[in-house]
Amino acid sequence: MTDTADVQPVHLALGLTHDEAATIERVLGRAPNHLELAMYAVMWSEHCSYKSSRIHLARLPTQGPEVLVGPGEGAGVVDAGDGVAVAIRIESHNHPSAIEPYQGAATGVGGIIRDIFSMGARPMAVMDALRFGPFDEARSRWIAEGVVAGISGYGNAVGVPTVGGEFVLDAAYADNPLVNVLCVGLLPIERLTLARASGPGNLAVLLGSSTGRDGIGGVSVLASAGFGTAAGEGADAAGGEDDAAAKRPSVQVGDPFEEKRLIETCLQLMDERLVVGVQDLGGAGLTCATSETAAKAGSGMDVYVDRVPVREPAMLAFEVMTSESQERMLAIVTPENLERTLEVAARWEVRANVIGTVTDHGRLRILDRMDGEVLADVPAASMEHDAPRYDRPRRPPADLGSRRADDPARLPQPADCGADLLVLLSHPGVADKTWVSRQYDHQLFLNTVEGPGGDAAVLRCRAPGVPAHGHRGLALSTDGNGRWCSVDPRAGTAMVVAESALNVACAGGRPVALVNNLNFGNPEHPEVMWQLSEAVDGMAEACVALSIPVVGGNVSLYNESRGADIDPTPIVGVLGLIDSLERRPPGIGLVDGGDLTLLGGHARGLAGSLWADVLHGHRRGVLPGLDLAAHGRLLGLVRESVAEGVLAGIHDVSDGGLAVALAELCARSGIGVQVTGGESGAPLDAADLFSEAAGRAVACTVGTATTDLRARAEAAGVTAVVLGRAGGDRLVVVGSMDVGVDQVTDAWRNALTRALGAA
Amino acid sequence: MTVTVGVVLFPGSNCEHDVAEAVEGLGASARILWHADDALGSDVDAIILPGGFAHGDALRPGAIACFSPVMQAVARFAADGGPVVGICNGFQVLTEARLLPGALQKNRGLVFLCQMVELEVSSDRSVLTSNVNVGARLRIPVNHFEGNYLCGPDTLRELEAEDRVVLRYVDNPNGSMADIAGVCNAPGNVVGLMPHPERASHPLLGSEDGNVLLRALLQTAGARVA
Repeated sequence: MTDTADVQPVHLALGLTHDEAATIERVLGRAPNHLELAMYAVMWSEHCSYKSSRIHLARLPTQGPEVLVGPGEGAGVVDAGDGVAVAIRIESHNHPSAIEPYQGAATGVGGIIRDIFSMGARPMAVMDALRFGPFDEARSRWIAEGVVAGISGYGNAVGVPTVGGEFVLDAAYADNPLVNVLCVGLLPIERLTLARASGPGNLAVLLGSSTGRDGIGGVSVLASAGFGTAAGEGADAAGGEDDAAAKRPSVQVGDPFEEKRLIETCLQLMDERLVVGVQDLGGAGLTCATSETAAKAGSGMDVYVDRVPVREPAMLAFEVMTSESQERMLAIVTPENLERTLEVAARWEVRANVIGTVTDHGRLRILDRMDGEVLADVPAASMEHDAPRYDRPRRPPADLGSRRADDPARLPQPADCGADLLVLLSHPGVADKTWVSRQYDHQLFLNTVEGPGGDAAVLRCRAPGVPAHGHRGLALSTDGNGRWCSVDPRAGTAMVVAESALNVACAGGRPVALVNNLNFGNPEHPEVMWQLSEAVDGMAEACVALSIPVVGGNVSLYNESRGADIDPTPIVGVLGLIDSLERRPPGIGLVDGGDLTLLGGHARGLAGSLWADVLHGHRRGVLPGLDLAAHGRLLGLVRESVAEGVLAGIHDVSDGGLAVALAELCARSGIGVQVTGGESGAPLDAADLFSEAAGRAVACTVGTATTDLRARAEAAGVTAVVLGRAGGDRLVVVGSMDVGVDQVTDAWRNALTRALGAA
Repeated sequence: MTVTVGVVLFPGSNCEHDVAEAVEGLGASARILWHADDALGSDVDAIILPGGFAHGDALRPGAIACFSPVMQAVARFAADGGPVVGICNGFQVLTEARLLPGALQKNRGLVFLCQMVELEVSSDRSVLTSNVNVGARLRIPVNHFEGNYLCGPDTLRELEAEDRVVLRYVDNPNGSMADIAGVCNAPGNVVGLMPHPERASHPLLGSEDGNVLLRALLQTAGARVA
């Protein structure tokens, strides 16, 4: 064995299989040289090529009346009316954050922001969906604190507010955190810029940082393999950490000041119409940016390695071409605009160098210098078009039947539902996240009407350099639920989409676009591929039923550690448009004496609930049913009721069920509630209180608005159940729960800092 | 006559649009002043150094920005009695430029803080608080990592004796000495404060108390040139 390892073919060391190497040889009609092989290896990595997921992603709906740019570009773009468009994208930086939490998260923020301004949009808001291991492990606390510090350190300094996100703890993510970052930007529609290297004779200008040896192979070494068990190593407990330490040099280092100047430079170049096309340099660095811009324009490109400013002497051509050094952009410029382009860059103290020429030969050629030796010569389009597509084996888990038969209804009823509620509120995933969000600038640009902690972030739809836009607003929510999806990836994913859309509706927004980040385990495990396929189907069903097009996405595979795959965790980001944001939406709150109505009605299914998991370690059964048609009616009712000022408070029912929804309303307002029994008059029990059945929200209304809401619900065909009344200083559910608002507030507000030992 | 506010833009500043919008909302006009220019233009009636991360906060906040050519012009404008306000990073720049005493070190808890705070107006002899009632409470957000005000004991005595502590935190979030959120120079025309008044300038943002300060600035600037 040792002998064969010593003579391991180069393509295997670069992460290419024998079949993939043979394909390259067929495409070129000859054996590739080392540089060509290295370029194909990064482009055909799982991270860049989506080779395991692409055939499944094709099942997602991508068309919608507002969609200007769908999947496959730097970002999705949606028409917000009046000549203004919204660019949106989400991306993961899971593996880098596992190894070097601060820089991993920081460069994740930097990367997604570049995707947005590469389209001509000013980046206006970031949201982060985060998953960590439980905080009783010191390493999980270290990762979480580092990730939050990285987002804070980079996001605040680059000047893009972080307006929300998720912060969830679960043992499934102990060694493999999830760091998914979403960014939205605004642009005047006429500034929309695509990544096209068109016009032979035009110049490729590299803007931003010099190129170093950091991040070489990031997409293949880091993002497209798990930790510790690569190549079937023994899965001992220490393996993950040792392997992570060895991979640390593949993590890039971010410089938010460089990126801030790049943003201003690129937006000015686009405003002055100096560029033909722009693409950021992310995964696979220059190889990706040059081949993609050329291929999309149907042209070719000659790249001169000696023109690329490098940080270190004697860098090899393959290092220059595959480095993932941060804060770099490729702009395609006509020769007559070059001088002004260089002037604009100089004003912002941004490096700018012509590194190549657009050609009409359809080939990506790498030359050591202009008119010099050709070091690589490949069809530009082949890097994407000839990339492998795999229909990997899929298989449901062998015990699926017995898992589904094990319904949590068999679990013992709690003696005191109030005690169980306090346990759930103290769960760091449910508890107040102010410790996190106050580290993020969430107010820059004076747009943040509702920041972190609401059901959805609510932003005014305006930006410097974008035409004034009436009173329009945006609602944004990111959501995921690995617990639901581990019970049933298909139904669970549909519930996640439904929840995200409802969060947007609670802010008065009409959902118009969705982006997704599919976080899964090792695609070579048939059960993981089954999960991914099921999740895509669940997402497609929900998006079709609710008329929400998917405008972009990212797939992160090989999320595993010590041989265990993470729970299937599709994260979605839903963008909603608010036609008139003239007053603050009601948000999660109560008014003393207000009436409480449960829209969507009572439900009892406990499978996949936080209650079953946290209190009984139970994650089995069949998820409560979701009627997508009824959910669509609920979305319309909630959105209109918010927009027309009917509601004094609104909160969707999600993690922890009705009980936690009520408790959050109490904790945020400092007001108690008095909730009567169910429709039959019997007291509500644990199933009623802790079921996470989707499609439900608690509304608080005052005076005649109550009858107004209930009439609207009837007209819309939405079940509306009288819950009770807000007031007093206790959370009372007659016959099953009686807890002081002070206790509820203390558990909810202080759990996270206590878990971190920061209180 | 419309007051013109010059808003200084360093590479890495990020609150310049917000400050311009807030003062324009109060009837002033705003003009962006590029850091590399050493002349302000004769029509500037007041200067605001906005928040952000000038020059990436390299070395420490404000340490590079204080050498930008525009700061010579700002110093001359201040010496002539022109109103100059530094917000957050702008405050840090003014201390590095020695236009204000003291320094801003890392927050007591060693984390960045973005949150609403309550302030008490403790002096009305600055351009930012003239005609504002001493003791008035204002709700205005802070957004900083280095906002923990520090100065020597003699300086602190001088600030207190000369009534130059402009704003104090009601519930000190960052460890600032004597709960100081803002100070001014001896004549009162140069003011630095960590809270962001422009972030409390519209009902949709949850507070309009920042307008109390910005309005006072525009009034003093207008009265000076009238």
